[in-house]
Amino acid sequence: MTLSPDTGAALASPSVPGATVGPDASSLPPVADGGVGRAVLRLLLRRALQAVGVTFAVTTACFAIMQQLPGDAAFRIAAGRYGYDFVTAASADAVRGELGLDRPAWQQLLTWWGDALRMDLGTSLVTGADVAHEVLHGLGHTLQLAGLALLLASVLGIAAGAAAARRPGGGVDRLVGVWVVVARSLPPFVLGLLLVVLMAVQLGVLPVAGTGTPAHAVLPATTLAVGLSGLVARIARDAIVQVSTSEHVRFAQTRGLSPSAVVRRHVLRNVGTTLVAYLGVQALVLVEGVIVVESVFAWPGIGHTLVHGVFWRDVPVIQGTAIALALVVVAVNALVDVLTLLLDPRPRETAVIP
Amino acid sequence: MSIPAPWTAAPAPGLVRGLLTSPARAAAVVVLIVLALFALIGPLLWNQPALQELGRALEAPSLSDPLGRDRLGRSVVARLAHATRLSLALAALSVVTSALVGGVAGVIAAWRGRWVDTTLNAAAETLVAVPALLIVLLAAALADGSLLVLYVGIAVAQSVEWFRVVRARSAVVLAGPAVGTARMLDLGTWHVLRRHLWPELAPVALTLASFGIGTAVLALSTLSYVGVGLRPPTAELGLMITEALPFWSQAPWLVLAPVLVLAGTLLALLGLRREEAPA
Repeated sequence: MTLSPDTGAALASPSVPGATVGPDASSLPPVADGGVGRAVLRLLLRRALQAVGVTFAVTTACFAIMQQLPGDAAFRIAAGRYGYDFVTAASADAVRGELGLDRPAWQQLLTWWGDALRMDLGTSLVTGADVAHEVLHGLGHTLQLAGLALLLASVLGIAAGAAAARRPGGGVDRLVGVWVVVARSLPPFVLGLLLVVLMAVQLGVLPVAGTGTPAHAVLPATTLAVGLSGLVARIARDAIVQVSTSEHVRFAQTRGLSPSAVVRRHVLRNVGTTLVAYLGVQALVLVEGVIVVESVFAWPGIGHTLVHGVFWRDVPVIQGTAIALALVVVAVNALVDVLTLLLDPRPRETAVIP
Repeated sequence: MSIPAPWTAAPAPGLVRGLLTSPARAAAVVVLIVLALFALIGPLLWNQPALQELGRALEAPSLSDPLGRDRLGRSVVARLAHATRLSLALAALSVVTSALVGGVAGVIAAWRGRWVDTTLNAAAETLVAVPALLIVLLAAALADGSLLVLYVGIAVAQSVEWFRVVRARSAVVLAGPAVGTARMLDLGTWHVLRRHLWPELAPVALTLASFGIGTAVLALSTLSYVGVGLRPPTAELGLMITEALPFWSQAPWLVLAPVLVLAGTLLALLGLRREEAPA
């Protein structure tokens, strides 16, 4: 769904070093003065600012949704508190006075921001459950699924990419190329349906949906992994081809190093920087995939919770889950930044020529 | 890459010739043209997507109804044509919007620099961490089934990508010696835009647009599929898949038709992408 994964590869043309777009090393600040430690600190500061910005944006959007909801908010909250049969105009007025719902919108927005600032996510409008608890509970399930998918995709993708890179333009390479395109063009929900119909309904070997046993995780994780593996395979292939045709690797071969030593000491680390850099993009793809796949397979993660929240217009739940998902992306990107810096501490130019 | 001086730059190959460089791309172009024709002419040929004939529920494909009838006896080919038109029109509209908004903002940021660039870039850097589907979902919560708000959500999500790419590319061109010379020759803003920026941005725009259309089509159908996008009885690809799913063993063509349109669109858009130079 995101543009970045493939456009990143397509647009990050080897032309101008400063002009690369996407998750490349050039988007990092220069490691000029103060060494790696200072650079890491500066990076983390930038990501922290980004986290604050993201939270702010999502919170504000949720306030807009809240304001736009039909009906009287005071009646709705009173109904949530006392039950639908016990709502009277008096109890609604009491709620309105207590929560200050009669104040102008901008004052309510300030309160709303204050709540978010104190990490007070509130309670669900539908179930009355504590949103922070729900989010933490769902996050565990989501990370489980995402981790499994990432592992599967990496194994599949790197193996396919390495096989394709052995002979660029050869039969295997073309086959992998077809796989990459097909994996990218199958919508995750369609792929999930195909797998359900094939594996669960026709063959009956795996459960259709839900959680509980390890078998329940197979189909959703596979659905996520297939989409992602295309991306991994493509990046791995290009990186391996690029590194192994580079001059320093050829020099290492000329020096008479054994093939395994060349791979271990000269190829892996350089391919690693590229693969790690794309982890951030994969996090984006994965988060989007998680939202869809969890809904298809009724996996009790935050993606599923989010979609339910949107369905019921349960704004506190939407806010909590959306912030959590966005912060996961920021956190992964922060990790990627630091890892890239540690793997490749060379000085680098700023992203865009001023 | 050294930026070619304008007087030595070879003329860019024609768009059409450029598109037909390989069999795969030619096939992709053909598929897209067929889909576009289906979206344009189909709704005129089969113009009653909501007409129910309950007596003909789940009827098998026939000559008059090439894709049969759905569970409410509605013509599937009519619904499919309207759904394709809706998806492609929304996608085209949101791509044009996001290209204009993001592209113009990107050029302005690169051109003006300083606080304009800092402000716009800070906003983009924030939004880029939010997955596009999340933005569209938030829009869906705001939309309550309204197509207009969904369109705005999709366009906003895509503008960020346009902004980042256009800004990065433009900054390099604008800082290059060719533009510096043009400025010294007092050739004016329009000249720089047309002769220096546009040739550099046009090929990127094609790639971005093809991805943008795919993203938009996919977002719309995904939202409807999980039940938070458009509402029945709208003819929409994701909704059609949801509605047809319970009957997949009795009437598999009901599910297959929208799935094929969806996968065909995405596949063709990917095939359209410019071949990358061999590494």
